[in-house]
Amino acid sequence: MLTRRIIPCLDIDGGRVVKGTSFVNLRDAGEPAELAALYDREGADELVFLDITASSDERQTMVDVVRRVSAQVFIPLTVGGGLRSVEDMRRMLEAGADKVAVNTAAVNRPGLIEEGATEFGSQCIVLAMDVKRVASPVEVARLGDEPVVAEAPWQVYTHGGRRPTAMDPVKWARLGVSLGAGEILVTSMDADGRRAGYDLDLLAAISQAVDVPVIASGGAGNPEHLYDALVTGRSDAVLAASIFHFRTITIPEVKAYLAERGVPIRPATAG
Amino acid sequence: MTTRTNIVVIDHRAANIHSVAKALARFGVEPCVSNSAADLARADGAVLPGVGAIDAAMRNLERLGLVEPIREFVASGRPLLGVCLGMQLLFPRSEEGDLPGLGLVDGAVVRFADDVPDPTGQGRLKVPHMGWNSVNFTDAARKHPVFQRVPQGSYFYFVHSYYCRPARDADIAATTGYGIDFCSAVIKGEIVATQFHPEKSGVVGLRIYENFVKYVGERSTARSH
Repeated sequence: MLTRRIIPCLDIDGGRVVKGTSFVNLRDAGEPAELAALYDREGADELVFLDITASSDERQTMVDVVRRVSAQVFIPLTVGGGLRSVEDMRRMLEAGADKVAVNTAAVNRPGLIEEGATEFGSQCIVLAMDVKRVASPVEVARLGDEPVVAEAPWQVYTHGGRRPTAMDPVKWARLGVSLGAGEILVTSMDADGRRAGYDLDLLAAISQAVDVPVIASGGAGNPEHLYDALVTGRSDAVLAASIFHFRTITIPEVKAYLAERGVPIRPATAG
Repeated sequence: MTTRTNIVVIDHRAANIHSVAKALARFGVEPCVSNSAADLARADGAVLPGVGAIDAAMRNLERLGLVEPIREFVASGRPLLGVCLGMQLLFPRSEEGDLPGLGLVDGAVVRFADDVPDPTGQGRLKVPHMGWNSVNFTDAARKHPVFQRVPQGSYFYFVHSYYCRPARDADIAATTGYGIDFCSAVIKGEIVATQFHPEKSGVVGLRIYENFVKYVGERSTARSH
Protein backbone atom coordinates (compact mmCIF):
# COMPACT_ATOMS: atom_id res chain seq x y z
CA MET A 1 0.00 0.00 0.00
CA LEU A 2 1.27 3.48 -0.83
CA THR A 3 2.45 5.16 2.35
CA ARG A 4 2.20 8.77 3.46
CA ARG A 5 5.50 10.60 3.50
CA ILE A 6 7.27 12.35 6.37
CA ILE A 7 9.59 15.06 5.09
CA PRO A 8 12.07 17.09 7.14
CA CYS A 9 12.83 20.48 5.64
CA LEU A 10 16.29 22.04 5.88
CA ASP A 11 16.73 25.78 5.36
CA ILE A 12 20.16 26.48 3.90
CA ASP A 13 21.97 29.80 4.04
CA GLY A 14 25.45 30.06 2.59
CA GLY A 15 25.77 26.28 2.50
CA ARG A 16 24.83 25.81 6.16
CA VAL A 17 21.68 24.57 7.87
CA VAL A 18 20.02 27.47 9.65
CA LYS A 19 17.18 27.58 12.19
CA GLY A 20 19.20 26.32 15.09
CA THR A 21 19.29 22.64 15.68
CA SER A 22 19.90 20.84 18.92
CA PHE A 23 21.60 17.68 17.81
CA VAL A 24 24.08 16.37 20.25
CA ASN A 25 25.10 13.31 18.28
CA LEU A 26 26.34 15.09 15.21
CA ARG A 27 29.82 16.47 14.81
CA ASP A 28 28.44 19.40 12.87
CA ALA A 29 24.66 19.91 12.87
CA GLY A 30 25.09 22.82 10.50
CA GLU A 31 26.48 20.57 7.80
CA PRO A 32 23.58 19.68 5.48
CA ALA A 33 24.99 16.29 4.47
CA GLU A 34 25.38 15.17 8.09
CA LEU A 35 21.89 16.20 9.07
CA ALA A 36 20.45 14.67 5.90
CA ALA A 37 22.23 11.38 6.59
CA LEU A 38 20.84 11.32 10.12
CA TYR A 39 17.28 11.89 8.92
CA ASP A 40 17.76 9.19 6.30
CA ARG A 41 18.90 6.73 9.00
CA GLU A 42 15.90 7.66 11.11
CA GLY A 43 13.47 6.87 8.30
CA ALA A 44 12.72 10.21 6.61
CA ASP A 45 10.88 9.45 3.37
CA GLU A 46 12.22 12.42 1.50
CA LEU A 47 14.13 15.64 2.16
CA VAL A 48 13.44 19.23 1.14
CA PHE A 49 16.23 21.80 0.97
CA LEU A 50 15.27 25.44 0.76
CA ASP A 51 17.98 27.85 -0.25
CA ILE A 52 17.27 31.03 1.67
CA THR A 53 20.51 32.69 0.64
CA ALA A 54 19.65 36.23 -0.28
CA SER A 55 22.41 36.73 -2.79
CA SER A 56 22.26 34.93 -6.11
CA ASP A 57 26.09 35.02 -6.15
CA GLU A 58 25.96 32.19 -3.65
CA ARG A 59 23.83 29.92 -5.81
CA GLN A 60 26.85 27.75 -6.57
CA THR A 61 27.12 27.07 -2.83
CA MET A 62 23.72 25.39 -2.96
CA VAL A 63 24.76 23.30 -5.96
CA ASP A 64 27.72 22.05 -3.91
CA VAL A 65 25.41 21.24 -0.98
CA VAL A 66 23.15 19.19 -3.24
CA ARG A 67 26.14 17.39 -4.70
CA ARG A 68 27.50 16.51 -1.24
CA VAL A 69 24.13 15.36 0.09
CA SER A 70 23.20 13.28 -2.95
CA ALA A 71 26.47 11.37 -2.84
CA GLN A 72 25.59 10.18 0.67
CA VAL A 73 21.83 10.10 0.95
CA PHE A 74 19.77 7.91 -1.34
CA ILE A 75 16.22 9.12 -0.79
CA PRO A 76 14.35 11.71 -2.88
CA LEU A 77 15.70 15.25 -2.60
CA THR A 78 13.73 18.36 -3.46
CA VAL A 79 15.54 21.68 -3.80
CA GLY A 80 13.87 25.08 -3.84
CA GLY A 81 14.72 28.72 -3.41
CA GLY A 82 15.65 31.23 -6.07
CA LEU A 83 15.17 28.97 -9.09
CA ARG A 84 14.13 31.19 -11.98
CA SER A 85 14.87 29.29 -15.17
CA VAL A 86 15.14 25.86 -16.72
CA GLU A 87 18.92 26.28 -16.51
CA ASP A 88 18.70 26.92 -12.74
CA MET A 89 16.62 23.74 -12.44
CA ARG A 90 19.05 21.76 -14.56
CA ARG A 91 22.01 22.70 -12.36
CA MET A 92 20.20 21.37 -9.29
CA LEU A 93 19.02 18.18 -11.01
CA GLU A 94 22.48 17.47 -12.40
CA ALA A 95 23.94 18.03 -8.94
CA GLY A 96 21.67 15.24 -7.70
CA ALA A 97 18.29 16.76 -6.83
CA ASP A 98 15.27 14.70 -7.88
CA LYS A 99 12.77 17.55 -7.85
CA VAL A 100 12.90 21.30 -7.91
CA ALA A 101 10.43 23.59 -6.16
CA VAL A 102 9.39 26.88 -7.70
CA ASN A 103 7.50 29.61 -5.87
CA THR A 104 7.86 33.35 -6.59
CA ALA A 105 9.37 32.81 -10.02
CA ALA A 106 6.35 30.72 -11.05
CA VAL A 107 3.91 33.38 -9.84
CA ASN A 108 5.80 35.97 -11.85
CA ARG A 109 5.95 33.70 -14.89
CA PRO A 110 3.72 30.60 -14.73
CA GLY A 111 5.26 29.40 -18.02
CA LEU A 112 8.30 28.37 -15.99
CA ILE A 113 6.30 25.40 -14.66
CA GLU A 114 5.48 24.29 -18.18
CA GLU A 115 9.05 24.72 -19.38
CA GLY A 116 10.39 22.69 -16.47
CA ALA A 117 7.80 19.94 -16.90
CA THR A 118 8.47 19.69 -20.63
CA GLU A 119 12.21 19.52 -20.12
CA PHE A 120 12.40 17.22 -17.07
CA GLY A 121 8.93 15.72 -16.62
CA SER A 122 6.16 16.69 -14.22
CA GLN A 123 7.56 14.43 -11.52
CA CYS A 124 10.47 16.86 -11.18
CA ILE A 125 8.42 20.02 -10.69
CA VAL A 126 7.00 20.99 -7.30
CA LEU A 127 4.87 24.11 -7.07
CA ALA A 128 5.48 25.64 -3.64
CA MET A 129 3.20 28.35 -2.34
CA ASP A 130 3.08 30.52 0.79
CA VAL A 131 -0.50 31.15 1.81
CA LYS A 132 -2.18 33.46 4.33
CA ARG A 133 -5.76 33.59 5.47
CA VAL A 134 -7.66 36.70 4.47
CA ALA A 135 -8.65 38.21 7.84
CA SER A 136 -11.84 39.79 6.56
CA PRO A 137 -13.37 39.75 3.10
CA VAL A 138 -11.06 41.69 0.84
CA GLU A 139 -12.67 44.33 -1.29
CA VAL A 140 -11.22 43.93 -4.73
CA ALA A 141 -13.55 46.28 -6.66
CA ARG A 142 -16.79 48.24 -6.47
CA LEU A 143 -19.93 47.83 -8.53
CA GLY A 144 -21.76 51.09 -7.98
CA ASP A 145 -22.01 51.25 -4.21
CA GLU A 146 -21.64 47.49 -3.74
CA PRO A 147 -18.21 46.21 -2.74
CA VAL A 148 -16.98 43.19 -4.67
CA VAL A 149 -15.10 40.96 -2.27
CA ALA A 150 -12.66 38.21 -3.03
CA GLU A 151 -14.31 34.85 -2.51
CA ALA A 152 -11.25 32.95 -1.50
CA PRO A 153 -10.51 32.82 2.20
CA TRP A 154 -6.79 32.68 1.40
CA GLN A 155 -4.20 34.63 -0.55
CA VAL A 156 -0.90 33.55 -2.09
CA TYR A 157 2.19 35.50 -1.00
CA THR A 158 5.55 35.67 -2.75
CA HIS A 159 9.10 36.73 -1.90
CA GLY A 160 9.33 34.51 1.14
CA GLY A 161 5.94 35.63 2.38
CA ARG A 162 6.65 39.35 2.17
CA ARG A 163 4.53 40.29 -0.83
CA PRO A 164 0.79 39.60 -1.20
CA THR A 165 -0.75 38.69 -4.53
CA ALA A 166 -4.39 38.61 -5.62
CA MET A 167 -4.16 34.88 -6.22
CA ASP A 168 -6.41 32.25 -4.70
CA PRO A 169 -4.22 29.26 -3.70
CA VAL A 170 -6.81 26.72 -4.83
CA LYS A 171 -7.01 28.22 -8.31
CA TRP A 172 -3.25 28.65 -8.42
CA ALA A 173 -2.78 24.98 -7.53
CA ARG A 174 -5.17 23.94 -10.32
CA LEU A 175 -3.42 26.19 -12.82
CA GLY A 176 -0.02 24.93 -11.70
CA VAL A 177 -1.07 21.31 -12.21
CA SER A 178 -2.53 22.08 -15.64
CA LEU A 179 0.85 23.60 -16.56
CA GLY A 180 2.67 20.46 -15.43
CA ALA A 181 3.42 20.70 -11.70
CA GLY A 182 3.70 17.18 -10.29
CA GLU A 183 3.25 18.10 -6.63
CA ILE A 184 2.00 21.03 -4.56
CA LEU A 185 3.84 22.14 -1.41
CA VAL A 186 1.50 24.31 0.63
CA THR A 187 2.84 26.40 3.50
CA SER A 188 0.39 28.19 5.75
CA MET A 189 2.01 31.43 6.88
CA ASP A 190 -0.55 31.76 9.68
CA ALA A 191 0.33 28.37 11.11
CA ASP A 192 4.05 28.38 10.38
CA GLY A 193 6.20 28.54 13.50
CA ARG A 194 3.25 28.47 15.91
CA ARG A 195 3.33 24.72 16.46
CA ALA A 196 -0.44 24.68 16.84
CA GLY A 197 -1.28 22.52 13.85
CA TYR A 198 -1.51 22.81 10.09
CA ASP A 199 -4.22 24.82 8.31
CA LEU A 200 -6.46 21.82 7.67
CA ASP A 201 -9.15 23.68 5.70
CA LEU A 202 -6.54 24.99 3.30
CA LEU A 203 -4.97 21.56 2.84
CA ALA A 204 -8.31 19.85 2.27
CA ALA A 205 -9.39 22.53 -0.22
CA ILE A 206 -6.23 22.11 -2.28
CA SER A 207 -6.12 18.30 -1.98
CA GLN A 208 -9.66 18.07 -3.30
CA ALA A 209 -8.93 20.48 -6.14
CA VAL A 210 -5.94 18.68 -7.67
CA ASP A 211 -5.03 15.11 -8.61
CA VAL A 212 -1.34 15.38 -7.74
CA PRO A 213 0.15 14.85 -4.27
CA VAL A 214 -0.10 17.69 -1.76
CA ILE A 215 2.62 18.28 0.85
CA ALA A 216 1.45 20.04 4.02
CA SER A 217 3.79 22.58 5.59
CA GLY A 218 3.65 24.97 8.51
CA GLY A 219 2.35 24.39 12.01
CA ALA A 220 3.60 21.02 13.17
CA GLY A 221 3.97 20.91 16.95
CA ASN A 222 3.12 17.32 17.85
CA PRO A 223 2.39 14.00 16.13
CA GLU A 224 -1.35 14.57 16.21
CA HIS A 225 -0.90 17.64 14.02
CA LEU A 226 0.74 15.47 11.38
CA TYR A 227 -2.06 12.94 11.68
CA ASP A 228 -4.66 15.68 11.20
CA ALA A 229 -2.87 17.05 8.13
CA LEU A 230 -2.80 13.58 6.56
CA VAL A 231 -6.34 12.55 7.46
CA THR A 232 -8.51 15.66 7.85
CA GLY A 233 -6.31 17.73 5.55
CA ARG A 234 -6.07 14.82 3.08
CA SER A 235 -2.42 15.54 2.43
CA ASP A 236 -0.18 12.93 0.90
CA ALA A 237 2.89 14.08 2.77
CA VAL A 238 3.77 16.27 5.75
CA LEU A 239 6.75 18.53 5.99
CA ALA A 240 8.20 19.83 9.23
CA ALA A 241 11.38 21.60 10.25
CA SER A 242 11.82 22.74 13.82
CA ILE A 243 10.09 19.85 15.60
CA PHE A 244 12.59 17.51 13.97
CA HIS A 245 15.60 19.82 14.24
CA PHE A 246 14.97 20.49 17.94
CA ARG A 247 14.13 16.83 18.61
CA THR A 248 10.73 17.83 19.99
CA ILE A 249 9.69 14.61 18.31
CA THR A 250 11.77 12.28 16.23
CA ILE A 251 10.82 10.68 12.93
CA PRO A 252 10.61 7.17 14.47
CA GLU A 253 8.24 8.53 17.13
CA VAL A 254 6.05 10.24 14.54
CA LYS A 255 5.97 7.14 12.39
CA ALA A 256 5.11 4.85 15.29
CA TYR A 257 2.30 7.20 16.32
CA LEU A 258 0.83 7.43 12.80
CA ALA A 259 1.08 3.68 12.20
CA GLU A 260 -0.65 3.07 15.52
CA ARG A 261 -3.52 5.25 14.34
CA GLY A 262 -3.85 3.35 11.07
CA VAL A 263 -2.06 5.70 8.68
CA PRO A 264 -0.06 3.76 6.06
CA ILE A 265 3.58 4.49 6.88
CA ARG A 266 6.90 3.08 5.79
CA PRO A 267 8.43 1.62 8.95
CA ALA A 268 11.19 3.84 10.30
CA THR A 269 13.61 0.94 10.54
CA ALA A 270 13.62 -0.15 6.93
CA GLY A 271 15.36 -3.07 5.29
CA MET B 1 38.76 1.23 -4.52
CA THR B 2 37.63 0.47 -8.04
CA THR B 3 37.51 -2.93 -9.63
CA ARG B 4 37.64 -3.75 -13.29
CA THR B 5 33.91 -4.43 -13.40
CA ASN B 6 32.81 -2.22 -16.23
CA ILE B 7 29.26 -0.95 -15.88
CA VAL B 8 27.81 1.59 -18.29
CA VAL B 9 24.98 3.87 -17.24
CA ILE B 10 23.23 4.51 -20.53
CA ASP B 11 22.99 8.30 -20.83
CA HIS B 12 19.96 9.30 -22.83
CA ARG B 13 19.57 12.58 -20.94
CA ALA B 14 17.25 11.15 -18.29
CA ALA B 15 17.26 13.15 -15.09
CA ASN B 16 18.11 10.24 -12.79
CA ILE B 17 21.41 9.13 -14.35
CA HIS B 18 23.38 11.04 -11.70
CA SER B 19 21.73 9.25 -8.78
CA VAL B 20 22.20 5.89 -10.48
CA ALA B 21 25.88 6.62 -11.06
CA LYS B 22 26.32 7.74 -7.45
CA ALA B 23 24.64 4.57 -6.18
CA LEU B 24 26.95 2.37 -8.28
CA ALA B 25 29.97 4.37 -7.16
CA ARG B 26 29.25 3.29 -3.58
CA PHE B 27 30.13 -0.28 -4.48
CA GLY B 28 33.58 -0.03 -5.89
CA VAL B 29 32.86 0.54 -9.55
CA GLU B 30 33.55 3.71 -11.39
CA PRO B 31 30.43 3.75 -13.55
CA CYS B 32 30.85 4.93 -17.10
CA VAL B 33 28.02 7.35 -17.85
CA SER B 34 27.96 7.19 -21.61
CA ASN B 35 25.84 7.51 -24.72
CA SER B 36 28.36 5.69 -26.86
CA ALA B 37 27.55 2.35 -28.49
CA ALA B 38 31.25 1.49 -28.35
CA ASP B 39 31.28 1.85 -24.54
CA LEU B 40 28.21 -0.35 -24.32
CA ALA B 41 29.81 -2.97 -26.56
CA ARG B 42 32.76 -3.17 -24.13
CA ALA B 43 30.67 -3.17 -20.94
CA ASP B 44 30.19 -6.13 -18.60
CA GLY B 45 26.86 -4.76 -17.39
CA ALA B 46 24.59 -1.82 -18.08
CA VAL B 47 21.93 0.24 -16.36
CA LEU B 48 19.12 1.76 -18.39
CA PRO B 49 17.67 4.58 -16.25
CA GLY B 50 14.89 6.93 -17.20
CA VAL B 51 12.22 9.31 -16.02
CA GLY B 52 9.81 11.45 -17.98
CA ALA B 53 8.07 10.83 -21.28
CA ILE B 54 8.61 7.54 -23.12
CA ASP B 55 8.58 8.91 -26.69
CA ALA B 56 11.21 11.50 -25.77
CA ALA B 57 13.38 8.72 -24.31
CA MET B 58 12.95 6.45 -27.37
CA ARG B 59 13.72 9.36 -29.68
CA ASN B 60 16.91 10.05 -27.74
CA LEU B 61 17.94 6.39 -27.87
CA GLU B 62 17.32 6.35 -31.63
CA ARG B 63 19.11 9.64 -32.23
CA LEU B 64 22.10 8.40 -30.25
CA GLY B 65 22.12 5.15 -32.22
CA LEU B 66 21.65 3.06 -29.08
CA VAL B 67 18.57 0.97 -29.92
CA GLU B 68 20.37 -1.82 -31.77
CA PRO B 69 23.42 -1.76 -29.46
CA ILE B 70 21.13 -2.25 -26.43
CA ARG B 71 19.41 -5.19 -28.16
CA GLU B 72 22.80 -6.68 -29.05
CA PHE B 73 24.02 -6.14 -25.51
CA VAL B 74 21.08 -8.12 -24.12
CA ALA B 75 21.37 -10.80 -26.81
CA SER B 76 25.00 -11.33 -25.81
CA GLY B 77 23.83 -12.42 -22.34
CA ARG B 78 25.26 -9.55 -20.31
CA PRO B 79 23.24 -8.21 -17.36
CA LEU B 80 21.04 -5.15 -17.89
CA LEU B 81 19.27 -3.33 -15.06
CA GLY B 82 16.31 -1.20 -16.15
CA VAL B 83 14.96 1.40 -13.74
CA CYS B 84 11.55 3.13 -13.84
CA LEU B 85 11.11 4.40 -17.41
CA GLY B 86 14.09 2.18 -18.21
CA MET B 87 11.83 -0.80 -17.37
CA GLN B 88 8.97 0.51 -19.50
CA LEU B 89 11.34 1.07 -22.45
CA LEU B 90 11.99 -2.69 -22.55
CA PHE B 91 8.44 -3.38 -23.73
CA PRO B 92 7.29 -3.22 -27.36
CA ARG B 93 4.67 -0.52 -26.83
CA SER B 94 3.19 1.92 -24.33
CA GLU B 95 -0.13 3.69 -24.10
CA GLU B 96 1.86 6.81 -23.30
CA GLY B 97 3.59 7.11 -26.63
CA ASP B 98 3.41 6.33 -30.33
CA LEU B 99 6.91 5.04 -30.89
CA PRO B 100 7.69 1.35 -30.52
CA GLY B 101 9.81 0.42 -27.50
CA LEU B 102 12.84 -1.87 -27.38
CA GLY B 103 10.67 -4.99 -27.42
CA LEU B 104 12.96 -7.03 -25.16
CA VAL B 105 10.13 -8.16 -22.86
CA ASP B 106 6.74 -9.09 -24.32
CA GLY B 107 3.68 -7.22 -23.13
CA ALA B 108 2.60 -3.59 -22.94
CA VAL B 109 2.79 -0.48 -20.79
CA VAL B 110 -0.58 0.88 -19.69
CA ARG B 111 -1.84 3.83 -17.64
CA PHE B 112 -3.29 3.61 -14.15
CA ALA B 113 -7.05 4.16 -14.22
CA ASP B 114 -8.09 7.63 -13.04
CA ASP B 115 -11.20 6.58 -11.17
CA VAL B 116 -10.00 4.07 -8.59
CA PRO B 117 -11.29 4.79 -5.07
CA ASP B 118 -8.63 5.32 -2.40
CA PRO B 119 -9.04 2.45 0.09
CA THR B 120 -7.38 4.45 2.87
CA GLY B 121 -9.31 7.66 2.57
CA GLN B 122 -11.77 9.78 0.72
CA GLY B 123 -11.49 10.43 -2.98
CA ARG B 124 -9.59 8.62 -5.69
CA LEU B 125 -6.12 7.21 -5.98
CA LYS B 126 -3.88 9.88 -7.40
CA VAL B 127 -1.99 9.39 -10.64
CA PRO B 128 1.04 9.49 -10.67
CA HIS B 129 1.64 6.79 -8.11
CA MET B 130 4.26 8.70 -6.11
CA GLY B 131 5.92 7.66 -2.88
CA TRP B 132 7.02 4.59 -0.96
CA ASN B 133 5.14 1.36 -1.52
CA SER B 134 5.83 -2.25 -0.60
CA VAL B 135 7.11 -4.79 -3.10
CA ASN B 136 6.22 -8.48 -3.04
CA PHE B 137 8.75 -10.58 -4.85
CA THR B 138 7.96 -13.89 -6.50
CA ASP B 139 9.72 -17.02 -5.24
CA ALA B 140 11.90 -17.04 -8.34
CA ALA B 141 12.89 -13.40 -7.82
CA ARG B 142 13.78 -14.04 -4.20
CA LYS B 143 16.34 -16.58 -5.38
CA HIS B 144 17.81 -14.17 -7.94
CA PRO B 145 21.25 -12.77 -7.01
CA VAL B 146 20.12 -9.16 -7.59
CA PHE B 147 17.37 -9.41 -4.94
CA GLN B 148 19.38 -11.16 -2.22
CA ARG B 149 19.02 -9.73 1.31
CA VAL B 150 16.05 -7.66 0.16
CA PRO B 151 13.29 -8.55 2.64
CA GLN B 152 9.90 -9.53 1.27
CA GLY B 153 7.53 -6.56 1.41
CA SER B 154 10.33 -3.97 1.54
CA TYR B 155 9.34 -0.40 0.72
CA PHE B 156 10.71 1.31 -2.37
CA TYR B 157 10.22 4.74 -3.89
CA PHE B 158 7.97 4.98 -6.96
CA VAL B 159 7.07 7.82 -9.33
CA HIS B 160 5.07 6.77 -12.39
CA SER B 161 1.71 7.05 -14.14
CA TYR B 162 2.12 3.98 -16.36
CA TYR B 163 2.94 0.42 -15.43
CA CYS B 164 4.18 -2.65 -17.28
CA ARG B 165 1.95 -5.60 -18.08
CA PRO B 166 4.17 -8.50 -19.17
CA ALA B 167 2.54 -10.97 -21.55
CA ARG B 168 3.99 -13.91 -19.63
CA ASP B 169 3.53 -14.36 -15.90
CA ALA B 170 6.96 -15.98 -15.79
CA ASP B 171 8.56 -12.59 -16.52
CA ILE B 172 6.93 -10.96 -13.46
CA ALA B 173 9.44 -10.72 -10.61
CA ALA B 174 7.40 -8.63 -8.18
CA THR B 175 4.06 -6.97 -7.69
CA THR B 176 2.87 -3.90 -5.80
CA GLY B 177 -0.63 -2.82 -4.81
CA TYR B 178 -2.05 0.49 -5.98
CA GLY B 179 -5.72 -0.04 -6.70
CA ILE B 180 -4.61 -3.13 -8.59
CA ASP B 181 -1.61 -5.41 -8.14
CA PHE B 182 0.73 -4.23 -10.85
CA CYS B 183 4.05 -5.66 -11.98
CA SER B 184 6.78 -3.71 -10.15
CA ALA B 185 9.77 -5.74 -11.37
CA VAL B 186 10.61 -8.13 -14.20
CA ILE B 187 13.32 -10.70 -14.73
CA LYS B 188 13.91 -12.14 -18.16
CA GLY B 189 17.17 -13.87 -18.91
CA GLU B 190 19.88 -11.41 -17.95
CA ILE B 191 17.43 -8.50 -17.79
CA VAL B 192 16.34 -7.28 -14.36
CA ALA B 193 14.13 -4.22 -14.24
CA THR B 194 12.29 -2.35 -11.51
CA GLN B 195 9.49 0.17 -11.76
CA PHE B 196 10.69 1.69 -8.49
CA HIS B 197 13.89 3.66 -8.00
CA PRO B 198 16.40 1.58 -6.00
CA GLU B 199 18.76 4.58 -6.07
CA LYS B 200 16.14 6.58 -4.15
CA SER B 201 15.02 3.85 -1.77
CA GLY B 202 17.57 4.15 1.01
CA VAL B 203 19.55 1.22 2.36
CA VAL B 204 17.41 -1.53 0.88
CA GLY B 205 17.53 0.09 -2.56
CA LEU B 206 21.31 0.41 -2.44
CA ARG B 207 21.50 -3.30 -1.74
CA ILE B 208 20.07 -3.94 -5.22
CA TYR B 209 22.91 -1.92 -6.76
CA GLU B 210 25.42 -3.71 -4.55
CA ASN B 211 24.00 -7.05 -5.68
CA PHE B 212 23.95 -5.96 -9.31
CA VAL B 213 27.61 -4.90 -9.22
CA LYS B 214 28.56 -8.24 -7.72
CA TYR B 215 26.40 -10.15 -10.20
CA VAL B 216 27.91 -8.33 -13.18
CA GLY B 217 31.38 -9.22 -11.89
CA GLU B 218 30.48 -12.88 -11.47
CA ARG B 219 28.85 -13.13 -14.87
CA SER B 220 31.82 -11.45 -16.47
CA THR B 221 34.21 -13.92 -14.86
CA ALA B 222 31.99 -16.85 -15.86
CA ARG B 223 31.88 -15.71 -19.49
CA SER B 224 35.63 -15.35 -19.74
CA HIS B 225 36.18 -18.97 -18.65
